[in-house]
Amino acid sequence: MSDENILEIRNLRIEALNGQVLVDDVSLELRRGEVLGLIGESGAGKSTIALAAMGYARAGCRIAGGEIRIDGTDLRGIGPEGRQGYRGMRIAYVAQSAAASFNPAMRLIDQICESPLRHRQMTRPEAEARAVELLGKLGLPEPAILARKYPHEVSGGQLQRAMAAMAVIGRPDILVFDEPTTALDVTTQMEVLALIKQIIRDLRTAALYITHDLAVVAQVADRIMVLRGGKMVELGEAEQILGAPAQAYTSALVAERDHSRPLMRPLPADPGAPVLEARAVDAGYGGGKVLSQVSFRLHRGETLAVVGESGSGKSTLARVLTGLLPQMAGEMRLDGRPLAPGYRQREADVLRRIQLVHQLPDMSLNPRQPLAKIIGRPLALRSGEKGAALQRRIAGLLDLVGLPAGFAERFPPQLSGGQKQRVAIARALAAEPEIIICDEPTSALDQLIADDILRLLMRLQDELGLSYLFITHDLGIVRRIAHNTLVLLKGETVALGPTAEVFAEPMHPYTRKLLVSVPQMRKGWLEEVAAQGPSEP
Amino acid sequence: MLLFGTRIPLSALFGATVMVLFILLAIFGPWITPYAPDATVGKTWTGPSTEFWLGTDNIGRDILSRIIAGAQTTIGIALVTTVLSFTLGVSAGIFASVGGPVLDNLLSRVVDMFLSVPVLIMALIVLTALGSSIPTLILTIALLDSTRVFLVARAVAVDIAARDFIDVARLRGEKMPWIMFHEILPNAMPPLISEFGLRFCFNFLYVASLSFLGLGVQPPQADWGGMVRENGQAIAFGILAPIWPALAIALVTVAVNLVVDWLLSRNVKPSGASAEL
Repeated sequence: MSDENILEIRNLRIEALNGQVLVDDVSLELRRGEVLGLIGESGAGKSTIALAAMGYARAGCRIAGGEIRIDGTDLRGIGPEGRQGYRGMRIAYVAQSAAASFNPAMRLIDQICESPLRHRQMTRPEAEARAVELLGKLGLPEPAILARKYPHEVSGGQLQRAMAAMAVIGRPDILVFDEPTTALDVTTQMEVLALIKQIIRDLRTAALYITHDLAVVAQVADRIMVLRGGKMVELGEAEQILGAPAQAYTSALVAERDHSRPLMRPLPADPGAPVLEARAVDAGYGGGKVLSQVSFRLHRGETLAVVGESGSGKSTLARVLTGLLPQMAGEMRLDGRPLAPGYRQREADVLRRIQLVHQLPDMSLNPRQPLAKIIGRPLALRSGEKGAALQRRIAGLLDLVGLPAGFAERFPPQLSGGQKQRVAIARALAAEPEIIICDEPTSALDQLIADDILRLLMRLQDELGLSYLFITHDLGIVRRIAHNTLVLLKGETVALGPTAEVFAEPMHPYTRKLLVSVPQMRKGWLEEVAAQGPSEP
Repeated sequence: MLLFGTRIPLSALFGATVMVLFILLAIFGPWITPYAPDATVGKTWTGPSTEFWLGTDNIGRDILSRIIAGAQTTIGIALVTTVLSFTLGVSAGIFASVGGPVLDNLLSRVVDMFLSVPVLIMALIVLTALGSSIPTLILTIALLDSTRVFLVARAVAVDIAARDFIDVARLRGEKMPWIMFHEILPNAMPPLISEFGLRFCFNFLYVASLSFLGLGVQPPQADWGGMVRENGQAIAFGILAPIWPALAIALVTVAVNLVVDWLLSRNVKPSGASAEL
């Protein structure tokens, strides 16, 4: 093996305990100071490979074959204690969800210093001083105070940075980043991404960077490996993978990230009267106001996108419109008639006309009900149909959302994420609605699957004349599907109008900040944005 | 050992076997007792013999026959009590989780009040005041036990009630019973099933204890707790008579617990959807 390679994985094979092959014959090497991007959809084996690089297999999996060499030592040959000596010292891990990875009962500083103290690398005062210094370098304000806080007292972006500090404190040779920015807001993602890049450059460590977002990997990786179903599809220099992919699957991924093609049909010149209208709506929880003075009109066949960072009041707006959260002030009208504030005061026919599709189908579909019941219940309530007639309607709806009729007897846990979201859409359609409120319906899905769902929604709009209120933080989606866009900042309207106009100059500074934060799939984008300096609205 | 494609540990298998055995005894008891359980058929407190396998009791009745007959009384009463207590406790617990904060607080505080008094003491007071009969016994223990079931059911249901599909059902205009029994209950079943086993053990022991104290099943009807009381003094003379019913009580309790332990360990294992949520 060459001295250059700090990490070498040869013919790695990982199996589930039931014999299913999760990773099949994957080999890779990582040179000192190099960043290798691992990319693929969920289930491609990205995280499994990254954990295997530390000689670790998740519960229920085992490393069945191959070699994992760090600096020439095979981790599989040195026993659990030997591996423990490598973890945290030579190779460190940054997980996707910092919130789920920190111990909520320990102060941040104790968790950051744990590894150097356990490995007797530093004394406690040394480790604590180093931790505070690192937190400062990672752009956290007042690091000495922040370090004494508990995980729930800091924001998600700050927590993700604290986790990066935890990983680099032992000066490891290899860093493993497992989707470190996926759970973050688009604006926070950009900041954290820039910091990660800086850490890698400053410490000259090697890194494995896992993501499903090609635009993100384009910013940090020197080389990219594309994975699918536990097998390697393609490995090459970042420019080659992004610019001239050799495999069809890679091309599909690359094309998908190209957000230029709009999917929606243009609206008629005279859209007529609005189906749904909000006038100066205020809403909030307890005493606090989350939405203030929000007004909009939604016409038949129109898609209105609602965008903003987390905490901007997007989901609250969905709850107000459905009546789950009665508004404090203002008025809503459905087809010109006033809409009662709470869902309990609304007639069944009014409830039917506004349907909701949630972000997480795992939470929105009852896992103990078969699809026939999930979809059949709203059908039966609406039409009173039973028996064979109802079965035919269920099969028809499944067909409409692109699922086989045989799925009717299945339960949600037996379906994939994309299929579950299709079921959620079918359930909304069962009520024969006029308006569907989509609350980030694609943000939990892989890109190719998310794209299928968007196309399905557009087709249904076309066929059934549906109106969508589409809540999202992904501006790429907005520009492809939304006729009009409403930009929210801390519950207040920043911009409202035709999508093209909202994102054309002159822009509100906040709109611009959202827009520039969308990662673009070319090298050097991150540097360009960073060069423009902070753009706080 | 493999059964229906699942691995069952030996301890759970032992527990299940003992449970099935005693349930069969309870069902077919009247046909298999060697003597009439209430008839005096021998001398007082004779030891085990070929004639009387477990010996005779304080008035010369066959102990084996009385244990078989007592299985029906003791296990039957405990089972009916637990079913009743679960019907009450689970309904109220789920209702509290979806009925709004006022109702939740009201129910929870009433339950807290009941929880502050030990079940056995409370049952003693009620049964002394009302006089003991089997229906009173069942109702008293079921009502008191349902407060404990309420706590578990509410805790599980509150978590489920916060999921989006409950909002969807509400927006569909579903009434409370549908939300409680079609949306929430099926998702709450796994922890409730193991809780059922545990509560059965407690109720079984309460029935036995109350009978031992003379406030449960009344003589001459055979029941295990009562049998320990009737033959209690015999232990001073080194006679085995009170050991047999006590052993039966211990066996059933341990057997149910072994099965419940296995069920609980199955529930905490992440699998499928439960691991994702």
